[in-house]
Amino acid sequence: MARITLDNLAHSYLPNPASEDDFALKELNHDWTDGEAYALLGASGCGKSTLLNIISGLLIPSQGRVLFDGEDMTTAATADRNIAQVFQFPVVYDTMTVRENLAFPLKNRKLDSAEIARRVQKVSAMIGMDAELDRKARGLTADAKQKISLGRGMVREDVNALLFDEPLTVIDPHMKWELRTQLKKLHDDFGHTMIYVTHDQTEALTFADKVVVMHDGRVVQIGTPQDLFERPAHTFVGYFIGSPGMNLFNATLDGTRARIGDATVDLGAHYAASGKIQIGVRPEFIRLQAGGDGIPARIDRIEDVGRHKIVRLDVGGTEVSAIANEGDAIPADVDRIGFAPEGINVYADDWRVEATQNVPGKDAA
Amino acid sequence: MNKTVNQKAWFLVLPVLVLVAFSAVIPLMTVVNYSVQDTFGQNVFFWAGLDWFKDMLASDRMWSALGRQLMFSAIILAIEVPLGIYVALHMPKKGFWSSFCLVLMSLPLLIPWNVVGTIWQIFGRVDIGLLGYTLDAMGINYNYTQNTIDAWVTVIVMDVWHWTSLVALLAFAGLRSIPDAYYQAAKIDQASRWAVFRYIELPKMAGVLMIAILLRFMDSFMIYTEPFVVTGGGPGNATTFLSIDLVKMALGQFDLGPAAAFSLMYFLVIMAISWVFYTVMTTIDAREGK
Repeated sequence: MARITLDNLAHSYLPNPASEDDFALKELNHDWTDGEAYALLGASGCGKSTLLNIISGLLIPSQGRVLFDGEDMTTAATADRNIAQVFQFPVVYDTMTVRENLAFPLKNRKLDSAEIARRVQKVSAMIGMDAELDRKARGLTADAKQKISLGRGMVREDVNALLFDEPLTVIDPHMKWELRTQLKKLHDDFGHTMIYVTHDQTEALTFADKVVVMHDGRVVQIGTPQDLFERPAHTFVGYFIGSPGMNLFNATLDGTRARIGDATVDLGAHYAASGKIQIGVRPEFIRLQAGGDGIPARIDRIEDVGRHKIVRLDVGGTEVSAIANEGDAIPADVDRIGFAPEGINVYADDWRVEATQNVPGKDAA
Repeated sequence: MNKTVNQKAWFLVLPVLVLVAFSAVIPLMTVVNYSVQDTFGQNVFFWAGLDWFKDMLASDRMWSALGRQLMFSAIILAIEVPLGIYVALHMPKKGFWSSFCLVLMSLPLLIPWNVVGTIWQIFGRVDIGLLGYTLDAMGINYNYTQNTIDAWVTVIVMDVWHWTSLVALLAFAGLRSIPDAYYQAAKIDQASRWAVFRYIELPKMAGVLMIAILLRFMDSFMIYTEPFVVTGGGPGNATTFLSIDLVKMALGQFDLGPAAAFSLMYFLVIMAISWVFYTVMTTIDAREGK
């Protein structure tokens, strides 16, 4: 087990990257604390897998260093890093039985056979395959194969880190929950550092202690699920996390107020920033009003998704979503929206701006 | 639901039946016809029953030709299959050099049998051939027209030169179909190079390798032109394989009856071996599809 440090790390798949756009992974400094469970969240093609492959040594970064407990491992071979990785698509050794598959990484490390048998037994129980241990891996279903792949990662107890590259893509939904719970339990039991790549926010938020959100080759925010929800550091995080995503309004700043179109909004704190200013408010913090002050809006439609209703509104031509509780009646004459002050985030050029000074009487968030 | 029975559907297979009849069945029947008759010329035939078959089965000549044939096929398979796999494993995986190698390797496959024979016949000559002259100059007594071993080595090396590419190209195609994740997983599992070959590459190549072995076996079992051009079946009968012997018998000696019986048995042997290959291949497919 080890603390993994990324030092000025960047990677480009081109031999001579000219501009920052040529980098699949932009310069990055980060410490993966030993024993924590991380989720690496981002849309497809944002550099998640690149980062993972650099950590596991399948890819040598074009610049920067990878340190394991302070020891430089940037160019070390995968085998020397003692890392387990599970890939998006199941990899099994077709001609071996399930048992031989699970024992394979241990055999390659020359463990004695009693120990191998013990661990294989344990892992097979964990992934629910102990009844099929002596079957050939060929001809198993995709999710059974992926369970074997997961098992081959988990069977090594002394690994520095366990990396998962969207491992549950091919698994049935009900099995997903079960396996994710197993992984979480495995983490609690052994305290491995785990990095779990996914583009599914539910998966990320339920699995990880800390979520690392990536966008366009850059890490835009690292934080607890709650941080990501309440204080998205980048408009991408606001948009990507939450369902529906954060609403953004183009605005101009004026001390503790912001002007959105013709309306003025009280921000509850003093902000100073330049560039493209946007106000971000999650649908949970949008209030529907009839008359009074607020931003003119018109209800387009209401979607009932079970636990709550999503109200889609038209605000000066852009669509805005609001969330209303299931039992709430939505008045027919809604023509304004307001913001709950604690749900307001201010962005300049897509990055969140901290309030320079709080208005007396209001808690700093 | 009951299937509709419509016997008119047989007409749909009629064109195929007619074609196969003209291209295979009728010619084969003329051979069957010859194999049960004897003639002394002038188109007069006598019924001979199964005598020719009995003769041929008791003939040392046929058995030794069959022995040489099986030995030849076994030797070239034992060389070409491992060599082809080895070449495929060491070819550049992508980029310009990969395409370059592919083109280069397919060149021997494009050369007509007759030309291949001629090339090696001249290449091996001691007086003017590069190979023969060089070996001779190095003090090696090499002469494929007089020495049995030399003749065999020449014919085998020629076949290996001509056909290893086929095995290599098929094996290469099999290797290319393996997703990168397999190699990455093997690295993570700390698999040795041998384990990667044994547990990833070989199983994934099994299907195409079966096809390669089948093709090479059939082709080598029926080989005629190349050894005929190089050695003419000699020295003596040392490189007289089944086809060469058959042609000698049928066209050289004009023993139509024995030659027809011979070729029918030849045909049955090939059918039997193909059937074995087919069964093995379909069982492998069925196991994979499960």
